[in-house]
Formats: sequence, C-alpha cells, structure tokens
Amino acid sequence: MISIQSITKKYNHGPTLTFPDWIIQDEEQWLLLGASGSGKSTLLNIISGLLKPDSGEIKINGTDIYSLPLKDMDRFRGQSIGIVFQKPHLIKSLDIFDNIALASSLAGLKINKSRVMTLLESLGLAEKRKNFPDELSQGQLQRVSIARALINNPSLLIADEPTSSLDDENAENVISILTEQAAGNHASLVIATHDKRVRNRVSKEYLL
Amino acid sequence: MNILKLSTKNLLRNKLTTFLNIILVAFGVAILSILFLASTQIGNKLERNARDIDLVVGAKGSPLQLILSSIYHIDFPTGNIPAKDALELMQNPMVKRAVPLALGDNYEGHRIVGTDSGFVSLYDLKLGNGKFWAKDLEATIGSTVAAESKLKIGDKFFGAHGLSDASDEHKQHAYTVSGILQPQGNVTDNLILTNIGSVYKMHEPEHDENEKHHEEINNKEITSILIQYRSPMSVVIFPRMVNQSTNMQAASPAMESARLFSLIGVGIETLKWFAILIMAISALSVFISLYNAMKEKKYDLAVMRCLGASKPKLFFLVMIEGLLITVSGAILGLLLGHLALQIIGFYQESSQARLTGLYFVADELYLIIAGLVIGVVASIIPALQTYRVDIARTLSKDK
Repeated sequence: MISIQSITKKYNHGPTLTFPDWIIQDEEQWLLLGASGSGKSTLLNIISGLLKPDSGEIKINGTDIYSLPLKDMDRFRGQSIGIVFQKPHLIKSLDIFDNIALASSLAGLKINKSRVMTLLESLGLAEKRKNFPDELSQGQLQRVSIARALINNPSLLIADEPTSSLDDENAENVISILTEQAAGNHASLVIATHDKRVRNRVSKEYLL
Repeated sequence: MNILKLSTKNLLRNKLTTFLNIILVAFGVAILSILFLASTQIGNKLERNARDIDLVVGAKGSPLQLILSSIYHIDFPTGNIPAKDALELMQNPMVKRAVPLALGDNYEGHRIVGTDSGFVSLYDLKLGNGKFWAKDLEATIGSTVAAESKLKIGDKFFGAHGLSDASDEHKQHAYTVSGILQPQGNVTDNLILTNIGSVYKMHEPEHDENEKHHEEINNKEITSILIQYRSPMSVVIFPRMVNQSTNMQAASPAMESARLFSLIGVGIETLKWFAILIMAISALSVFISLYNAMKEKKYDLAVMRCLGASKPKLFFLVMIEGLLITVSGAILGLLLGHLALQIIGFYQESSQARLTGLYFVADELYLIIAGLVIGVVASIIPALQTYRVDIARTLSKDK
C-alpha cells in the first residue's frame, strides 16, 4: 500500500505545488492525469524517491521513504519501485540481458537468470537478449525498459508518459503490457499521461 | 554484475579512444622504464667492473678512452707504454697490486688479454673447468666466450689482429683452451685470458719464430697497468707523479665513469622530461575522453541511480574507468620497455655492455603508482560530476 499525505513542493522560480492525498492499495492500477506543467512529473519523482518534497510524507508498505538515509533510499527504490521512463534509457554498452540484470545488481539483489529470461519471453524479446540497444526498435526498447522495471518484483510500477513517443499500435501494446505485467507481477501501477488513448484502459484516475 | 565489469564494458564500447589513451600512457611509461633499466644496468656494470681498481696507467691520450679500453674493454687502447717504465711503476712502494695488460687481438669479437696471475686475484676469478693459463699460448676463457664460441678445453683457435674483426688472423700460432671460468657477472665473462708472452709471440716477425723468448719484459711494450693502492693517501700523489714525471698517463676509473655519466646524463635527462611530457598529455587525454563521455553518460548515470545505485557507487564507476586505462597502460608500458631493451640487447654489438630486458628495478613500482596517480587525477573531476547529476531533471528532459 502506498499513501501520500499533504505533499507540497516549491520550485525556485515557480508557484508552490500542493498535491491531494492519495492512497494506492496493493495491485491497484491508476492513471495520473493533468495538463503539462501541473506537476505530474514532480509528483512521480517525489513518489519514486528522487525528489524530496518540502513537506508531507510518502509511505510505501509502511516505510516513510524520505526518512531513510540516502544510500538506503537508493536501495529501497531499486528494490520496491520500478520506473518506466518516456524514453527507454538503456545502457548502450550492455546487451539486453545485461541491461535487465543490471537492475538487480544495482539494487543489491542476486541476478536471477531464469526470471530475466521469463520476463524477456513474456515480452517477446527472448531472442534479442544478446543484442545491444542500438540494434532494437523504439517499441522493443520500451518493452525492455518495462522488463527492467519489473525484474526486482517491485510493489509499485511507475510509468511516466510511456506512450507519448509511440504510434497507435505500439501505444496500445505498451498499455496492455503495462497493465498485464503489473497484474501478473502483483505490483500496483501508476501511469502518468495526458494521452487520450490510455484513458479508457484504466479506470482509477487521480487528477491534478 | 559489478562496477568493474560495467566499466570494462563502457571502455570496450569506445575501443578507439580507449586504445589511444592506453597507448599514450604506455609510451610514457615505456620510455621511463627503458631509461631506468638501462641507466641502472650500465651503472651496475661500470661499478662492478671497476670495483677494485684504483687507477689505470697507460699511454697518453684520452683518460676516458684508457678507462674504457682497459677496464670495460669497449674502446680502443690509447697506445702502448714501454714495459720497462711500467715495471718501474709497478714496484713503486705506494702500489699494493699492479696487473699489466697487453691488448690488441680478438677471437670472434672477444678480446684476448695478455696478463699475469695478478689479474686472477684482482677480479677474484674462479675456474669452472680446467686450469688457468700457465705456458705461452694457453688461454683461459670467460663463460660467455665459451657459450658463444662453443670452445671446449683442449680446443685450438687462432687470434685475429685488432679488437673486433676477424680479417687478419695470426695463422702461425694457435691458442689452446686450458680452462673455462665460472660466470663472474662482469666483463671477464667476455674475455680470453692468456700470458703476455703469448701476445708478444703473435706479433713477432715470422723469422723470429724459432728464437727463444726468454728476454726480459723490459724490451717490450704493454698496453696498460691496473693499479691498486696500498693506502688511500696515494689518490692525490700517485696520479700526479705519473702524469708529470713519466711519459704515461694515469686515469681514475671512478672519476672517468662519473664524467662519462655526466656526459650522457644530459641526454637521459632530456628523454626523461620527454617521457614525463607524454605522460602528462596522456593524463589530459584520459581526462578529456572521460569528461566528454560524461555528457552522453549523464543519462546512464541517472538511470542507474533510479535503479538503486548510490552516488559513491557511480563515482567509483567513473574512477575505475580512468584507472583501468592508466594502470593497464602502465603495465603495457613496462612490458614494452622490457621487450624493447631485450631487443636492443640482442642487436647490440659490444657484448661487454649488453643490456637485458630480464632485469627489474624497484623504480618500476613507482611507474605503476604513477599510472594510478594519473588515473586518479584524470578521472576525479568527471567522477565528481556524478554527484551533480540531477536525476529527475535529466530523465524528464526529452532527449
């Protein structure tokens, strides 16, 4: 369960953003909606432990993440939160298999080879495991980044505008994959988007 | 997957840049290691060969040349001195031990030295096989000579006139090998020792061959005398006496070696600075490559932070990339240095001063440390940048 309470964040030259309280139960799937500039990315960064809010608290399974020491928070994030970015952001010098395995080792976990392969197979990427990122298409790369976000069995999967740079068909695919994989891996899902194509796929909405 | 593996993969991705940087470091280290090795080896050889010799007396000319020819057996002798005068000097009360040398012939490039038993005690020579020379035309050969010429005890060989080439052989007299020395680790390994009478015999006109040769040494000439003083006090008086009151010159091995070193020292110093310059350039090049790579790597680093990597971990990731380049460069440089020296030694003409790559000095350890330091210096600024990467902003930028 993730609970967000009385969060505010002020940027140097901007208004103070305040966010409504939000409770995400285990395995719930949410859309985070809002016009650009409304603070969607800010809230996602705060939830993922990348940006410290000025006030308020975020509890993930009972842990107040900003009360952790920096190093522990890095590790906590690696183990309990999977993040899918707008762009895949894979490491160019590593092949697909290693890119996914890296997420385990950076989070301080043992690499589970069969889990990597299972994930790759379920995303139709098994035969690409020895390829490098620059040999894959944009849609394939996005799927790899989903596999990477899921490898450590996170309790929360966050996707930031995952469809904005994809065509209709690929966008449809990515949303299906995200919802199916989150459910299959027993993770809660939050998709931040302003993409209409996504809205009819997920029922719960959090509006900014 | 640890950060070492990740660093290696990053470096392998930019093979050319990595290669260039490693080569730059390696060249600097190689030049420095060649300098270290060569100067230590030459220094050691000079010292070991001149260890117990206080003074060399020979014909007037260049004192350095006299030292080089009589102690190191490299250069040509300055000329000859009358044996009578030499004998007089050898009996001087200040002299503890004096060993006469008669040079002028060689066998396959190994110099034939006519001398007496004083030479054996002066260099503390030990026999490996057979016995020391006793009669005319008996010769005791150094271990290197034996190995290279394949001469065995009882074998006969002809000496050739001159110090290096074999065009003019003394066909009328053959030497017999009477003994082979143990390896001494100095110039005597490369010498053929015989008595002075044998050398005279070689150089007498044909028709004298059957005459008896029991004449006193007095009527003859020799090349030089190696002298040990009875007391250190003589250092001041004796050479002056020789130089002023006789027709010969005295040269001190210690002084001449020091002079020789100061002459070649300028060259060594220049090369040393050149090598240091190359290493500085390599540090700069490693720095620039890492710094430039940081622009591209910012995303990688931000992603890795999201995946749970701590800041110190990423700091070491960048540091290790720099260190991998410079340390492997340093190791490659040392290998190159030794290899180069071994090749130089192989093609060197004078076997007396041969250099070898199979020789290690403690200074080489400093070169590895220098490699580490260059790595740290070049990568510390790019590595510190990892602390400044704003993950949230980097990743939300549409790039």
